[in-house]
Amino acid sequence: MSILVIAEHDNAQLGAATLCAVAAAAQMGEDIHVLVAGSGSQAVAEQAAQAASVAKVLHADGPALEHALAENLSAQVLAIAQGYSHIVFPATVSGKNVAPRVAARLDVAQVSDIIEVKAADTFTRPIYAGNALATVQTADAVKVITVRTTAFDPVASSGGQAAIVPVDAVADSGQSAFVGSEVHKSDRPELASASVIVSGGRALGSAENFKMLEALADKLGAALGASRAAVDAGYAPNDWQVGQTGKIVAPQLYIAVGISGAIQHLAGMKDSKVIVAINKDADAPIFSIADYGLAADLFEVIPELTKAL
Amino acid sequence: MKVLVPVKRVVDFNVKVRVKSDHTGVDIANVKMSMNPFDEIAIEEAVRLKEKGIATEVVAVSCGVAQCQETLRTAMAIGADRGILVQSEAELQPLAVAKLLAALAAKEAPQLVVLGKQAIDDDASQTGQMLAALLGWPQATNASQVEVSGDRVKVTREIDGGLETLDLSLPAVITVDLRLNEPRYVTLPNIMKAKKKTLDAVSPEDLGVDVTPRLKTLEVTEPPARKGGVMVPDVATLVDKLKNEAKVV
Repeated sequence: MSILVIAEHDNAQLGAATLCAVAAAAQMGEDIHVLVAGSGSQAVAEQAAQAASVAKVLHADGPALEHALAENLSAQVLAIAQGYSHIVFPATVSGKNVAPRVAARLDVAQVSDIIEVKAADTFTRPIYAGNALATVQTADAVKVITVRTTAFDPVASSGGQAAIVPVDAVADSGQSAFVGSEVHKSDRPELASASVIVSGGRALGSAENFKMLEALADKLGAALGASRAAVDAGYAPNDWQVGQTGKIVAPQLYIAVGISGAIQHLAGMKDSKVIVAINKDADAPIFSIADYGLAADLFEVIPELTKAL
Repeated sequence: MKVLVPVKRVVDFNVKVRVKSDHTGVDIANVKMSMNPFDEIAIEEAVRLKEKGIATEVVAVSCGVAQCQETLRTAMAIGADRGILVQSEAELQPLAVAKLLAALAAKEAPQLVVLGKQAIDDDASQTGQMLAALLGWPQATNASQVEVSGDRVKVTREIDGGLETLDLSLPAVITVDLRLNEPRYVTLPNIMKAKKKTLDAVSPEDLGVDVTPRLKTLEVTEPPARKGGVMVPDVATLVDKLKNEAKVV
């Protein structure tokens, strides 16, 4: 039986999350196919064909697939789903949007956000904001899975030579339409895959003050993140939120500035390799999981740290 | 237009759950239970739609044990007009809940189903999308803004990298994110009023839905504990540790 991985992309670039999903799929079985569904997405199909472990790329290209609308993309997956034992999505916003539609139409359970493949039908996933890990076994014939990308090292993006097979693109459902998007353009690394993250909390006090983290992030080549409190207060954009309900990250270095460390925030970053916490309150819970804690005024420490690095 | 709002009873977000020593699950005996915070935002949004004159009736639904009545009473105290309990002692997994809700939607014929983008217990983030697929309806997940006009709804969604706006035909399913609204405080008079509102109970059998779990939980364990590290006295020491000990900068 073969495994189908649904590629994440923007019609130009294959998302790194896809390579992590392929890595997870490689632990479930051997014959891995990647579906690239998009519009004007030939370059993405070519990138997918070069990824290691990929045996075949199925390329569906049509106007209905331009914005990865859930109705159309799930229909595209279902159109080719026959014969696959596993259908695997990265647990990105888009993957989480589409996978359950596919599972429901196939009348199978979905296993969300897996962090480990124990066997082809058995997976480990975090529950309760990562405060417990559940190992679940599915009895369904088709396994629909979303993969927590930080838990799997991506396969190599080059070296593969998969064939690209065009497949018919689905027609538009007529039920939903893309109106527009506001995507923050940034030269910084993507938060979900950055190796260094500087993250700020409510203690920053304002959007203006949040900017002082930029200089530090620039020095480190880091992505910027934020706690829910900082996002809710309007200090940082919503897509910076790290935590149970925001982004799950696991960089080499995570610097938490003025973040107290609610369990929901810790759920999103506690798998980071090295955690630094800077907080005025020496009793803040963040210090209990930080490798290096500095109990001091962030407004003094951040400029000093930026200078010292 | 009728709005259906599924609400889930979960362990309160402030409770740190403990894994049972026999590794069969987490210990939820005697812990505080509350409405899933995202579902509270969903109820608030539905009630606001009613206050704006767009929705005519807000119906809250909860699937689970008898105590889910409390969750429904909270929903009615926020402003839902009535509640429906789909009572079952079984472990209800997202696919089963989606099927129960689809069966109810067929009976109630709402134009909109609004629910949380995920529940904070199983963190599965599946029910809304599964429901939309079973009904053959369009969906918008992670909503941060909802505007209904006529037989369409415009939804702004929180996506990776920013925001996206979709235009859906009704009926539709919307799952809500944190920043859609701030739910109101429930007042005592409204709690008293909620006690008088209609609360019907049905069973999965009444709805003709097989809720047998598809996933078997083999084991629930504690995540590997992260050891606390050291406190450093100043920036110079921190930089030295990062460079020479952790070797990450």
